[in-house]
Amino acid sequence: MLVEIGHFALVLALLVALVQGTMPLAGASVRSRPLMDTAQPAALLQFGLVALAFAVFMHAHIASDFSLRNVFENSNTAKPMLYKVTGVWGSHEGSMMLWVLMLTLFGGLVAALGRSLPMTLRARTLAIQGLLGFGTLAFIIGTSNPFDRLIPAPVDGRDLNPLLQDPGLAFHPPFLYFGYVGFSITYSFAIAALIEGRVGAAWARWVRPWALTAWCGLTIGIAMGSWWAYYVLGWGGWWYWDPVENASFMPWLLGTALLHSAAVAEKRESLQRWTVLLAILTFGMSLIGTFLVRSGVLTSVHSFAVDPTRGVFILALIAVVIGGGLVLYALRAPGLEAGNPFALVSREGALVLNNLLLCAGMATVFLGTFYPLFAEVWSGAKLSVGPQFFDATFVPILAPAIIAMVIGPVLAWRRGNLRAALRRLAPAIVGALLVPAIAFVFDRSTPPAALAGIALASWAMLGVLADLGDRSGVTRQPLGAAWRRLRHLPRGTWGYAIAHFGVGVLIAGIVVSTAWRSERIETVHAGDVLQIAGRTLRFVGVTEGDVANYHAQRAQIVVERPGSAPTTMYPERRYYAVAQSQTTNTAIVTNGFGDLYLALGDPDSQGGWVLRAYYNPLVPWIWFGALLAALGGLVSLSDRRLRMRLPAAARTSAAAIPTGSTDPR
Amino acid sequence: MIRELVLSLAFLIAVCGQFAQAVEPSERLADPVLEERARTLSKELRCLVCQNQSIDESNADLAHDLRILLRQRLVAGDSDQQVLDYIAARYGVFVLLDPPFAPVTYLLWLTPPLLVFGTGALLVARARRRRPEQQLPALTQEERARAALLLGERG
Repeated sequence: MLVEIGHFALVLALLVALVQGTMPLAGASVRSRPLMDTAQPAALLQFGLVALAFAVFMHAHIASDFSLRNVFENSNTAKPMLYKVTGVWGSHEGSMMLWVLMLTLFGGLVAALGRSLPMTLRARTLAIQGLLGFGTLAFIIGTSNPFDRLIPAPVDGRDLNPLLQDPGLAFHPPFLYFGYVGFSITYSFAIAALIEGRVGAAWARWVRPWALTAWCGLTIGIAMGSWWAYYVLGWGGWWYWDPVENASFMPWLLGTALLHSAAVAEKRESLQRWTVLLAILTFGMSLIGTFLVRSGVLTSVHSFAVDPTRGVFILALIAVVIGGGLVLYALRAPGLEAGNPFALVSREGALVLNNLLLCAGMATVFLGTFYPLFAEVWSGAKLSVGPQFFDATFVPILAPAIIAMVIGPVLAWRRGNLRAALRRLAPAIVGALLVPAIAFVFDRSTPPAALAGIALASWAMLGVLADLGDRSGVTRQPLGAAWRRLRHLPRGTWGYAIAHFGVGVLIAGIVVSTAWRSERIETVHAGDVLQIAGRTLRFVGVTEGDVANYHAQRAQIVVERPGSAPTTMYPERRYYAVAQSQTTNTAIVTNGFGDLYLALGDPDSQGGWVLRAYYNPLVPWIWFGALLAALGGLVSLSDRRLRMRLPAAARTSAAAIPTGSTDPR
Repeated sequence: MIRELVLSLAFLIAVCGQFAQAVEPSERLADPVLEERARTLSKELRCLVCQNQSIDESNADLAHDLRILLRQRLVAGDSDQQVLDYIAARYGVFVLLDPPFAPVTYLLWLTPPLLVFGTGALLVARARRRRPEQQLPALTQEERARAALLLGERG
């Protein structure tokens, strides 16, 4: 009965989405207030219905209702409760439910928080969001219904893929989807602006916080996913340039560009058209990512042909969303107001450079991801595009962006002075030369690429510090006064500083962990000793036992290091009987500056075990840096929220003035 | 979408065995320099039966065989390129994770630089073109007369 209620709610949500997608749009074009007023309750209702369906679906998983095909295929009575809950989004149907939940959540948020938006803009934005919801819900109900029944119901389920039974993976999809789908709202805003035929500063002021919110979620989601790959895959890699990783990275790159161009659109009323285009493309990339993963086209062209319904549906959705958006853009963009001009050397100029490089980087990732597919279709040639291609192309494209990232914020708007900016960054320039020089003195065999990477990381981190120092006036006035000035810098400035510093930390982590990683792979017997990175590993032995829904083989290794107390580490192998698969659970000890990473391999016939030991210096900085970047976004967002009160007061004047073009800023 | 990585990995586990395997101690060459080269090369070769792994990361039997094969070639005195060519000749270019610069990959390798420099040049040119407009010197008497003449003629 409960399941039927959920199913019914889902179908009802589809109908509500149709109302939300049409009536406010019609209302806005004929200036009918009652019609426009349907948008808000419809968006809230749609969210409520989807949330209800989602809750019912989750309940079925928790209660192990195997009469649902999805629960039978992805759950088991012996599965721990945590994974019964998170297993909800462990399958195709469940992850699409999470997708649409996020989509309607953002629609609901705009409906609830967007009271100060101009009426027609709000109605149109919510309508577009409603249409997106309609498309997704039609996809779910038509091709991937989570409420499909099995009659008679089986006694027990097939269990969830053991790899998904992991806390890191259990929690990252909500973040990832929050970000991924969050860009739907900037898309809706962009389409609404194109229909309206104007993009004012007020529009950009609204779009920016939403883009920032989605971006923070996506950043955290990708970082968590990469962290999961690091500790699960058992050899310490953290990014594989795998198509599914690229699927989330492409919208991230465009979203980052969007964030920055929206800042220009808001503060300088420039780059508005470009911002609109980016908003369309960013969400387009989210959809393409979904297609990439959901259609099976990744594995091979042939698997796509075997079950094409889902793929074709998403492809059609992409064609409508991106194609429709771009056509509308082509028609309406020339009529949008032109932006304020700026010199090449200016903060706008730096942001344009950043946008150019981020987009080129995205295009490179896109090309590398899809090229094997294109090549096969065109010429029948089967070829591979591996990490070597991305390292050779993506990295050189992004490196100048990092250099510009430091200079941009110290340039003035409109017309900057490069020489003065570099003078303010003098400490960072010195540091960027000195730090790699020190590294070279310590290790003469350091490869040049690593030295360049260290220079870049130092430049990014020290550049932020130099800028903060300059803003506080620490060289010109007493410390107390400088500190006070620093404390009263706007949150937005702090947000930028934290996020950009985080990028520097991230680069340091990538470069150092790649260049100075140590590795030992040996067959060991009880009592054997291994040396790695100044540590002694003593292999005590392996114990076996049954835990929850798996059988564990657990190695005990005592790690000794001169001058500190010994620690014991327990890398594991697990065999999940129902799912019939084996996983590796690595043991990692970190001190914040490096990870000792142990993975247990196969036993041999003489009682020996393969042990893989790695020491990865600075590797935690990769995720630490990414989290700092996301934190910077949140800090900046808290500034936005304060400012959000302002438009409420300024609304009357904004309503009196037809467009934002007379805004004095 | 990394969650979907997992779903594809499920397939991968089925074919390629468990993780944390890859290079086995028994495969290693005694010569550390040669072994180092073997490791670098094995990162550039794709495991054919896995979804998206190099033979350095994969535990599939085929990957194991390829690791041994490439070490045999190295011991026999092949250069790195010769080893790659040798294996590509037998298993197809599909095994090469680092796509070679050939007609079929021209577009792949040339697009990124063209994109950066092309759009960069375009933007700079536009900015240059726009700037002089603002500081255009006023027309001289003579130019004004000519302009009037031209406009008059067209009208």
